[in-house]
This record gives sequence, structure tokens and C-alpha cells, in this order.
Amino acid sequence: MWNKRKEEEYPPKPASAPAPTASQAKENVPVSTNPTPSHSTTDSRGPAIIGKSVMIKGQIFSREDLTIDGEIDGSVELHEHRLTVGPNGKLQAGVKAREVVVLGTIHGNVEASDKIDIRKDAKLVGDIKTARIVIEDGAYFKGSIDIARPEISKPAAAPAQPKPASAVSTVSNAVPAPAAATAGDSSR
Amino acid sequence: MLKDRLRSDPFSPSLHSQPKKSGAPAQAQTRSSHGLDQFFSSLQDQEGLSILDFSGASQANISFITSMGHRIYSNDVLRTMEEAFGSGGEFVANQSDPERAATFLRESLDFPERSFDGALVWDTLQFLAPPLLQDTVDRLCRILRPQSSLLAFFHAEEKAQTAPLYTYRIVESKIMSLTPRDQVRPVQYFNNRNLEKLFQKYHSVKFFLTRDHLREVIVRR
Repeated sequence: MWNKRKEEEYPPKPASAPAPTASQAKENVPVSTNPTPSHSTTDSRGPAIIGKSVMIKGQIFSREDLTIDGEIDGSVELHEHRLTVGPNGKLQAGVKAREVVVLGTIHGNVEASDKIDIRKDAKLVGDIKTARIVIEDGAYFKGSIDIARPEISKPAAAPAQPKPASAVSTVSNAVPAPAAATAGDSSR
Repeated sequence: MLKDRLRSDPFSPSLHSQPKKSGAPAQAQTRSSHGLDQFFSSLQDQEGLSILDFSGASQANISFITSMGHRIYSNDVLRTMEEAFGSGGEFVANQSDPERAATFLRESLDFPERSFDGALVWDTLQFLAPPLLQDTVDRLCRILRPQSSLLAFFHAEEKAQTAPLYTYRIVESKIMSLTPRDQVRPVQYFNNRNLEKLFQKYHSVKFFLTRDHLREVIVRR
């Protein structure tokens, strides 16, 4: 279950070699003395999962990929990881993640630093801020989409001078006054 | 009078249904659009504008508008209409219900803090009956910034019993793709005089009548 995994994940495990099991000792299997990376078990078991019968009210922070197929009322943050909202997932929550894949329902604003993928039959009501978006036909979306453009990186050899303000993409709402449009009919 | 021309026949089938899957698949057709061209010309050489799109979320429209450096607000207004007024024979009558009308306006045009630099309303307005239609047009006028443009389509073939309901997708700045969703009976048909009256609070109205009986209208706020 998810809670159990969370307990395993926080706080981080000390980087020490696991004690050899009795069976390993009996079989005289060579064991490395190098510390085993603490995340190796995390990678093999896949993302953490909140099952469809689970309902959580509150804030969720995760330092690994997370799949939510239950109901969340609050907020979800996985800044460097991927959030997948399963087909049964219902989020009434603000979401921040590197990548967000939606197959279920989200009511709330979504900020995905890399990509958001809204699949067929998914429903998302809220404002999106992301670098890339993929939306399949059949998905329902209501809200604004703001594409965050990555800042243009300067060449390494560039002289160390104060960067001009123009290096940052700017948003201007100034609308030049156009010539008055012609009222009337124009048909062909 | 617009009201006299109101068609109150049963309004079915579903407004926001996906293209029919039975039989031959719905074929998208592409064609050029003077209205779309004028709309995007008004946005030329600008970035960071906010565009309201009533067609519902689509990859094509989102990619096109955001690639121009603009922000898009997407809403499937036909679906909102159906949620507010139902999809059966009471669709038109229900628009007279103040509570339902208020729900529709709140769900589709409630932007107290925002204003837009352009609106793509496509053919959605022709499914609204007065006085809700006028309320919607006036609300659009309020949330649009001065000098901004609104693009709307109205079916112009008055003798036809039904009009095709399309899903509109932007292909290029002057080319759009139309995928048939259904045949529906518009609530009313408009001529140029009706439309000028409808948009009388706006600065100007410009019409393009196409060969496929679609009246394209560019309205300047």
C-alpha cells in the first residue's frame, strides 16, 4: 500500500550494505562490500500507487513517480517526477510535477515543468502551465493553457556581463491601435 | 423580429457528441476562411495575448495559438449548453429559465478578473435563443479588450431544415478543418441586419458569406 511505501521512502535510507541473509550465507554467494544504492529497490518496484479505494484529504509530497487511482482533496507535489492520474483517479487538487499524465479527473490548476498529457476520456478543469501539452480527442478540458518557454541558454563562452532584460521572454499586452475596421457586408 | 424567427423544434441529437462512429467515419474537410485570416491578422506581431476558444480543447487549436506565443482559454461551450439546458426538446424552452441561463453564463463566461484579446466562438451563438443570446454577446463584449476581435459563424441557408454541426480545428492562419458532428436545427437563422443589431455594442461588424452557406463574422470590440 501507498502509506507503507511512503514510510519506506521518508526519511531516506542510510547508504549502507544490507546484511546478508541466512540463505545467502549458506550458499556462499559472493556479496559486494560496496554500498547498494538506496534507490535500487525503488526503481525495481515502479511508481508508488494510491489505489482506487483510497481517499486522501491533505497535501501529498513525493520524491518518486506516483500513480493516483483514488480520490485526493488537497494538493499534490512531485517536483521532479511524474504523476499519473489513473482512470479512476479524482483529484480536487492543485498539482505540481515534472510530467503529468491524466486518464481520470482533475479539478485544479496543474503546473508541469516538462509535459502534460491529457488522454481520451480524461477530464481536466483548471489552468495549466507547462512547457509541452498533448491532448487526445475525446478529452475534456476547461481552462487556460500557458506554455512556459524555456529560457534560452547562453553559450558557455559568452563573456560574463550582466544579462540584458531582453534575454527573458516578456509578455506584452499592449495592443497597437489598428485602423478602424470597415462595417458592412462583404460577400462573394 | 428575431424572436419571430425562433425555431423551437426539438433540439437533438446531442450537441457535444463526438463524430458518429456508425457507418462511414466522419470525414474532415479543410477549407480556407477569410474570417479566420482576418482574426489572426489582428493578432499579428504580438505575443502574450489571451485568446478565448469555444470549440473545446483540441491539440490543433492549442498548438497553433500557443505557438504564436499566446495563451489560450479553452471551453467546450456546446457541452456547457447541454449541461445547462439539456439536449432534448426542452433545450430552447430551458434557456428562458433564469436559473439555468445564469448557470450557463457563469460556467462559460464568468471572468471577473480577466479580459481577452480575441475570441473564437465558432458557430455556438446560433444555438442560443433571445434574450440569452443577447446576454451572451454583451458578456463577451465585457470580457474582450477594446480593439480585440471576435470570430463567429452562422449558417446562412435559411430554407434548410437542419444545419451541419462541426468541430472546428485550425490548420493554418487562413485554413480550418471541419469535422461533421451531427445535423441539428439552429435555434434561429441570421441575416446581416440581425447580426448588426446583435453586435450593436461593438465597434464594427464585418461579414463574409461563403459558398457553403456559412456566414463568417468578424466583430471588432
